[in-house]
Amino acid sequence: MINWFYFASPATFYRLAGWMAPWFFAAAAILAVAGLYVGFAVAPTDAQQGEVYRVIFIHVPASWMSMFIYFVMACYGGVSLTFNTRLAAMMARALAPTGAMFTFVALWTGSFWGRPTWGTYWVWDARITSELVLLFLYFGFIALANAFEDPRRGDRASALLALIGVVNLPIIYFSVLWWNTLHQGSTVSFKGTSMHVAMLWGMLLMALSFWMYSVGASLTRVRAIILERERRTHWARELQFT
Amino acid sequence: MSATAIAAASVPATGSFATGFAWALRRDLTLAWRHPGETILVVAFFVLVASLFPLGIGAEPQLLARIGPGVIWVCALLAAFLSLPSLLAGDYADGSLEQMTLSPHPMSGWICGKVAAHWVASGLPLTMLAPLIGLQYGLSPDTLLALCAALAIGTPVLSLLGAACTALTLGARGGGMLLALLALPLFVPILVFGAGAAEAQATGLSPSPHLSILGAGLILAAVGLPPAICTAIRIALD
Amino acid sequence: MSAIAYAHRIEGRDLACWRGPAPLFRHVSFEASAGEWISIRGANGTGKTTLLRCVAGLTRADEGSVIWDGQPTAADSQPYRGDLLYAGHLPGIKDDLSAEENIEGALRLRGRAPSAQAVRAALAEVGLEKRRHLPARRLSAGQRRRIALARLALDTATLWLLDEPLTALDDDGQALFTRLLRNHVDRGGIALVATHQALAYPATREMRLGA
Repeated sequence: MINWFYFASPATFYRLAGWMAPWFFAAAAILAVAGLYVGFAVAPTDAQQGEVYRVIFIHVPASWMSMFIYFVMACYGGVSLTFNTRLAAMMARALAPTGAMFTFVALWTGSFWGRPTWGTYWVWDARITSELVLLFLYFGFIALANAFEDPRRGDRASALLALIGVVNLPIIYFSVLWWNTLHQGSTVSFKGTSMHVAMLWGMLLMALSFWMYSVGASLTRVRAIILERERRTHWARELQFT
Repeated sequence: MSATAIAAASVPATGSFATGFAWALRRDLTLAWRHPGETILVVAFFVLVASLFPLGIGAEPQLLARIGPGVIWVCALLAAFLSLPSLLAGDYADGSLEQMTLSPHPMSGWICGKVAAHWVASGLPLTMLAPLIGLQYGLSPDTLLALCAALAIGTPVLSLLGAACTALTLGARGGGMLLALLALPLFVPILVFGAGAAEAQATGLSPSPHLSILGAGLILAAVGLPPAICTAIRIALD
Repeated sequence: MSAIAYAHRIEGRDLACWRGPAPLFRHVSFEASAGEWISIRGANGTGKTTLLRCVAGLTRADEGSVIWDGQPTAADSQPYRGDLLYAGHLPGIKDDLSAEENIEGALRLRGRAPSAQAVRAALAEVGLEKRRHLPARRLSAGQRRRIALARLALDTATLWLLDEPLTALDDDGQALFTRLLRNHVDRGGIALVATHQALAYPATREMRLGA
């Protein structure tokens, strides 16, 4: 019988994460090289936008990850509240900075793209605005998690906040449909795409790479969080001597 | 005991949503009535800040009419935000929140009562004052109507969201700034749809899509947020 | 007041609470039936307040459970909450309401509907009859404590969880409290009282934390 809760203990997960993380980083690096090669060397020049469009190979995967990570963070938050587990809350905390980073990257690369294309670095259109709101939701999560003396209380409060904020995700996702805006409508959906195959592959490879990176980064970060929280326990002290 | 020689049934008391709601509504309205400083602050802030814009940007009528709905909504949002701490902080500090949590009445009952009272003391005055400010900005009667409808639907959602954020930050370091960081991003969709309703009306389109979404948001908030607020309060009292 | 009809029973099994990495208390068990009261003793910081809050259900105990009438309170706490009265360090009194309004509100919150005469009589008992219309902010700390005593007199809950109830009470107040406690327990009530001082009415059992 598999004990599914074996790895729910911070002590055992610490070792598992330490073992897994380098593999994810390696996968991320390989996929990134492949994706960038496809994106910059293989994919053709765009008919309308020239070379500058190539920023989508960073921008689009980053914005996908920003929303996906928030969703996963909210799920971990829900698990930690329902089952009162420590590790789920620590994973949520570990994901937040990576999610915030991708949101920032999405916004920043978006403005690089915006300048030559629309003539402006920033425009208050629906998707950009709601992505900015997402960035602040991440900041709010991190701030709330660290605002209490008792870290367990910070865990629970921020988990609840993440759940409340998850309503923002559909708003971001559907914002390009709901508002007639400058931002390009979605060309990639589950039904198919009108995009050139090489461009699509470039984006997918980069998205996978970012995903692997996120897993690796949050596993590494959660190890640090585990150590900090469990620093007074027997197994953590033993680590000094191994 | 002589004084209390009144036969009382000694069965455990049961509570109900309605009783809890009525209890909290009545109590908080009484407190707001006796201590109207909060409501006056909200109203004064709203009027003051809304009056600053024409002073700062210049009183060109077309420009004011154009920015009117958005400005009024932002001022209403900020005023509603200012009134948030009083929702739970006082009860948390003097122990009433503990007593309420231990009451046999279901928690969501008195929480909805408190939020309703908060809305009556802050959101409702804002909604009623908005037409006056709107006239100051030269908005047409149709636009004013759309604006008030949007405010009437949107401000309760602000109260509910604000209550959730206040409950989450009870006893946290960082005070008002933390509350702003949590609440204002969550307020943004309400602002977008609320101001959008008035602006749609102003440009001749129908405001009903925006109002419908606000209405859906209100239903979602009224159903989904009270349990979240209960959980947040339990976390705060733990 | 009529006697409590049903013989209730409270039990705490193996309760433990952690504050950070160190345990505040562990393996705390107790039980009390109708007509018994337990006094909880211990130095400052040993967790008396936390224990009472765990029993009340405000704080979640990290280990162990509280059983009321054979049912764990964690499962469905509504019948439990209906029969318990908790008085912690914070008084739960609104400054802008009068003593009378505070008591009426507190009782209605607990699902009781007190008659105006009963409230007035209770206030007279604690010596606040003349001041019952004043907003609570105008009363002294001792007088505010007496509002809490009036509430104790009127509430018909079976289980009392009291944290340092003698704070800020003068000799008269302490005598009054002892009388109220005695009446409550004689009627078949149960009480857990955390206190530094010994009362004239001895406890059925004493619990010491941090020993």
